[in-house]
This record gives sequence, C-alpha cells and structure tokens, in this order.
Amino acid sequence: MKKEHFLQSEGFKTVAASVLSILIGLAVGSIVILIVGLTSPNLSLSSAWDGIRIVFGGLFSTGRDASGTLTWGFNPTNIGNMLFRAAPLIMTGLSVGMAYKTGLFNIGAPGQYLIGTLVSLSIALGLPSETMSTTLIWLLAFLGGTLAGAIWGAIPGLFKALLNINEVLACIMTNWIAANLVTWLFDISNFKNVTESTKTGYIYKTTYNGVATAKMGLDKLFPNSQVNGGILIAIVFAVAVYVMMSKTTFGYQLKACGANRHAARYAGIADKRNIVISMAIAGGLSAAGASLYYLSGNTEFFWSTYQSLPAIGFNGIPVAMLASCNPIGIIFTALFMSMLDISGLQLTNLTAYNEYITNVIIAVIVYLSAFSLVIKMWIGKLGKKKDDGADANAEPAPAAASAPAGAQAETEKGGDAK
Amino acid sequence: MTFLIQQTLIYAVPLMIVALAGVFAERSGIINLALEGIMVFGAFIGVWFVRILQTSDAILSLKQSGNWVALQGVELLTMLVAAAFGALFSLLLSFASINLRADQTIGGTALNLMAPALVLFFIRIIANQNTLQMLTGDAASWFMIKKSTLGIDKNTDLGFFGETFVNKVYLATYVCILLFIILSILLYKTRFGLRLRACGENPQAADSLGINVYKMRYAGTTISGALAGMGGFVYALTTANCASNGDVAGFGFLALAVMIFGNWKPVNIAASSLLFGLFKCIAASYASIDINGDGVYMLAEIGISAHLYRMLPYIVTLLVLAFTSKSSRAPKAEGIPYDKGQR
Repeated sequence: MKKEHFLQSEGFKTVAASVLSILIGLAVGSIVILIVGLTSPNLSLSSAWDGIRIVFGGLFSTGRDASGTLTWGFNPTNIGNMLFRAAPLIMTGLSVGMAYKTGLFNIGAPGQYLIGTLVSLSIALGLPSETMSTTLIWLLAFLGGTLAGAIWGAIPGLFKALLNINEVLACIMTNWIAANLVTWLFDISNFKNVTESTKTGYIYKTTYNGVATAKMGLDKLFPNSQVNGGILIAIVFAVAVYVMMSKTTFGYQLKACGANRHAARYAGIADKRNIVISMAIAGGLSAAGASLYYLSGNTEFFWSTYQSLPAIGFNGIPVAMLASCNPIGIIFTALFMSMLDISGLQLTNLTAYNEYITNVIIAVIVYLSAFSLVIKMWIGKLGKKKDDGADANAEPAPAAASAPAGAQAETEKGGDAK
Repeated sequence: MTFLIQQTLIYAVPLMIVALAGVFAERSGIINLALEGIMVFGAFIGVWFVRILQTSDAILSLKQSGNWVALQGVELLTMLVAAAFGALFSLLLSFASINLRADQTIGGTALNLMAPALVLFFIRIIANQNTLQMLTGDAASWFMIKKSTLGIDKNTDLGFFGETFVNKVYLATYVCILLFIILSILLYKTRFGLRLRACGENPQAADSLGINVYKMRYAGTTISGALAGMGGFVYALTTANCASNGDVAGFGFLALAVMIFGNWKPVNIAASSLLFGLFKCIAASYASIDINGDGVYMLAEIGISAHLYRMLPYIVTLLVLAFTSKSSRAPKAEGIPYDKGQR
C-alpha cells in the first residue's frame, strides 16, 4: 500500500516525467544520427552506432585506440570539465527557474549573462593587481558583475510592471541591445588580447592580471580539467535560492505574485515592486554565472558578439524546465546538460557527427517539458495500471544504465522533491 | 534615395509577412513565439532546395541560356517548398498547444531552440562548415531582376519609379506584398476569417455556434507556419545572398514586436514594418546611404558608432512598445488552451 502511495506522489511523477523526457530526447537524437548515418553516402552504420554510444555515454569515453575502436573508462578530465561547465548553467537555470516561479518567463538570461561578462571582466582586468590583493579583485569583479546583471534584468521588469509590456518581448530586445553594447564597449576598451597573435578577437584571460577562481582542491580530484571552486559556489547559490523561495515570507510573496497578481495585490503585496525585484534577482543570478565562467582564469571571451547570444543563457531554460524549476533539482539537471555538452564535444572530436545534435536533444526535452502536466497524468494512469498487475516495477531502471549521470541525478532529486 | 527605398523594402517585406504570420496564429488564439525558429528552418529548407536543384543539369542549362522567366519560377517554387516545410514544422507547436494544452511560450521556445540546432547539425554534415550557400553563383546572378535580365540596355534611365521598383529587385518581394494583401482580405472579409478571429476572442462562444475551435486553431498556426517559413527563405534570399547559417538575426522576434505595435491589424502592421525596415536598413548599410543624392554620406559622417546603429532597431522597438502599450489590444483568448468543458 505504501508503495502505491509513492508511485502516485507528486514528487515521483515529476521526476519520472523528467526522466522520460530525457530518454525521449536522447532517443530522438539517436534516431536523427541513425537516419543520417543510413542515408548519407559517406557515413557508415558503424559510425552511427559510435555516435549513438557517445551521445549516451560521452562522459566515460576515453578516445579511440590504435585500431580505431572507441575506448571507455573513468575520465577525470571529462568529469572535471563537466563540473566546470555546470556552474554557469546552474546559475542561469536558477535565474530562469526562479523567475518562472514568480510568473515571469526570463528569456533575457543571455543578455544578463553578457552584461555580467562585460562588467566582471572589466573589473578583473582593470583593477591594478600590483597594489591590490587578487582575491579582493576577484570578489569585486564577481559582485560588480552580479550587480550589473541585476540592474539589466530589472529593465524588462520595469517595463512589465509599469507599462504592462510582455516580459518575453522586452527581454529579447534587451538581449540584442546587450549583445551590441558589450561588443561596442569591448571594442573601445584596451582589454583586447593583442599579445598573442593567434588570439584575434578575444579578451585577455583574467590570469593576465593574476585573477582566477580558487580551485578549492578540486583540481587534485580531477586532474587535467578546468574544474574550480565555481561549482561549489553555484551549489551554495542553489541552496540559498531554495531557502529564499520556500522558507521565507519574501519568497512566498514573490510566488504569490506569480500565482495571481491581482489576488496578491488584494492581500497587500506590492505586486509591481515584486515583479521588478524578481527580474533583478534573476538578472543577478545569470550574471553571477557569467562571472563564475569567465573569472575562472582559463576561459576566453570572444568580444565581437553582436550577432549571436551566448548559448549558456538560453540553456538556462531547459535546465530550469527539466527540474520543474526546483532549485535543488536544477543542480542535477545542470549537471546533466553539461554532460550532454561534453558528449557533444566528444562527438565532434571522435566521429563524423557534430555537437549540434546535443542541442537538438535539449530542444526535444524543452518541447516535452511544455506539456509535462499531460505526461505526469499519463504516468499517474500507468502507475495505477501497474498496481493491478503483480509487480510494480515502475522504477526508472533503464535510465540508470543508459544515461548514468543524468538518470542518477534525477533519482536523487526524487528525495528532495518529496 | 532609390537605394534607401530598395534596402528598406528588402528588410520590411520579410518582417511584414512574418508579422502577418503572427497575426494568423494569435487571432486564432495561439501565441506563436516560434516565428524565429520557423524562419530559420524555412531559410535552411529553401537554400537546401536551391542547392539540390542546382545539381540537376536541366536547371543549370536554364541559367546558362538566360531563361530568366524559368528562374523566377524556380524562385517561386522554392518559396512554396519553404512555406510547406514551415507549415510542417509549426505542426509541432499546434499539436502541443492545441491537443496537449501545453504552455505555448515554452513550446515556442522549444521550437526556437530546435530549429537552429537541427539546421546547424545538417549544414555541418552537408557542407562541412557553418554556412550553407548556393552551389554555384549567387542570389543576385540567379534570381535578381535587373535591366539586363529584361533586355534593357544598362545605361537607359528608367526614371525614378522604374529604377526603384523594376531594376535590381526580387520577384519574391512583390509576391509577399501581394500575399499580404490577399491574406489580410481573407482574415477580415471572409467567413473563414471571421470564424478564425472568433476563436481567438471567445472560443467558447464560437464553439457553441458550431465552429470547430481545434480545427480553426490548427488552420491559424499552419498558415502562420507557412508564412514564417516562406518569410525565412525570402529573408535569406534577399538579405543574406541565399545562405543559411541557423540564424535570422532576431527577425522573428522583431516581427512579433511589429505585430504588437501594429495592434494585430494588417494596415498598421504594413506601416510599422516599413518603419522597422528603415531602421534595419540604416543599421545594415548606414555607410552607403546617400539620402538626397549629393554624394555626401551623412549618416557615416556624423561619426556615430556602427554599434549604435545596430542597436537602434531594438531600442526603438522597446520605446515604441512603451508608448503604444496602453492602446494595444491583444486577442482576448490568446495563450489560453481551449478546454471544451470550461465555461
């Protein structure tokens, strides 16, 4: 009886819906690879099989051996890089998820991310490291970037609160304004890397000024990777957002505005102020993600960005949707997304396919999350049917074998969601 | 001046037709945030189709013999194909938002993520680079209508009207304008159009009068997808030299802004897309615009940074939205999934 209760619980259904979305996404990606492999004259079936295996387990791929077959095993570089890339994704995911809980769709994460990049890189490279402690510069750059992102995020919030302009449109416009603004300001700055002739179009690494995120011992655990303390900082942020949204009056007020703006106002909550504040917090979170990524010291920013927006910003949307906007869940879905990222790189390096297939997978997952309610309903019905049978084997067992990190993350998340 | 008008039209026409695509979806009650993605997809399909055609000898000989009427036919056919695939792609959105009552904003965002990903994946496999171009030649030599294509001597002066609207133009531009007019009449002066709009205002009432709301919404989004797919190809053909790179520079979103600014009404949309086209044109080619024809390139000489010109369309959009938001009136039932059981 207790088991039936678990299968019908909201938390289980949410997690199961996410796992199902991931599996369908991976399956669609595999099918696309298979179709291309079968129809393209210069690609063989075995290359498609290699591609599919890397999509599922790219994290544990260690390259090809002398005879050209794929080799597998524990790969500390891949795992370290996954953790490194997950940090900004957690932040943009928190940004989108937190705004969504307050009834706002923050598609402005890319623009906020760019503004954060601009300000934190400028501070990190602009302050004199000869006279100041680099730790202080790092802190100032991080806080400055976050603050700038918060101000940038507040703009669509103001438009929404005061003029009732759809925040999606306002965010998209501010995204492109940010892209042009960042290009413009870096264009006239003296942070452009001119010492290394092979690096045209890039801003100096922050290590040029001696600024880098502390490794916090993680580099010992995962040698030869980019990992640093950023992932730990991001996790702290996730917990903080969780506490703020679920355990404080302030968070409750923000959520109340999202659920029903008019009812919230009737209850004495300043709805306009709250819309602006939640967009500002969302903007700050995105920008903090950018700071974590670019202050690491080993990343470079391509400054002429006016024609494209950073993917990490947009990927905050799938990260948040897949986690049903639960801040703790976002940690795990961000890890899953950055695992896909690593798989994509392996795919480009080791096979004839390219990393864009992982974006297709992500898009499918977002598409499915648009009707997650319907999926949850189906799962609910399935659960009931299973109980009529002898064995309630509805545990997402196949997921554990096929998508190691992601699936495990999802089952762990189940504990929190309850 | 001729140059300015031509360039403005080139930017305004895709905006106009895609904004109308938005109107068809929203008037039927579905928010089509996926316009950008569908444009990207349509542009890719169009360019790919042209490439496939260029592998056939029959098509190549058309070009060599200078049979420009047939080449215009090829252009129209490609527009049709792009429209068909745009409609097909938009079915993903209609299925999710009509049958599964999905959140239309997320559904549209998913399509916006999916289109560039799919397109870039295939472009990499087809061309082994990030841009898909025509196999041989360029858009101007294949599809542009010039004095020489019409058999007129290069040095003849066709007068202001002729130089502006007959020389160096694309047939696609005029087809889009014609379609815009026809479809606007369809939406406002026919029974079908009235029913479609009813579904976006009060679907319950429409249903009670025997109109199939689901069908009407499918019709709205499918027409929307077709127009956006075609608009995407027209954009690629006229502004990007018939190349696709998984990006239409935010045109789909600009079209949404044009639609809101135009208050969901065709005449206003036509006017506002011209305004936006002008700003886009200034952003793209301010350095070579000679307004009064005296050989002084004023916009370039004021010394304002190129970045500011590029930012301008988006800033203007925001400001314009800010000033017009009070009088704007969206279809009442847009974004709300239709539930038969609801009163």
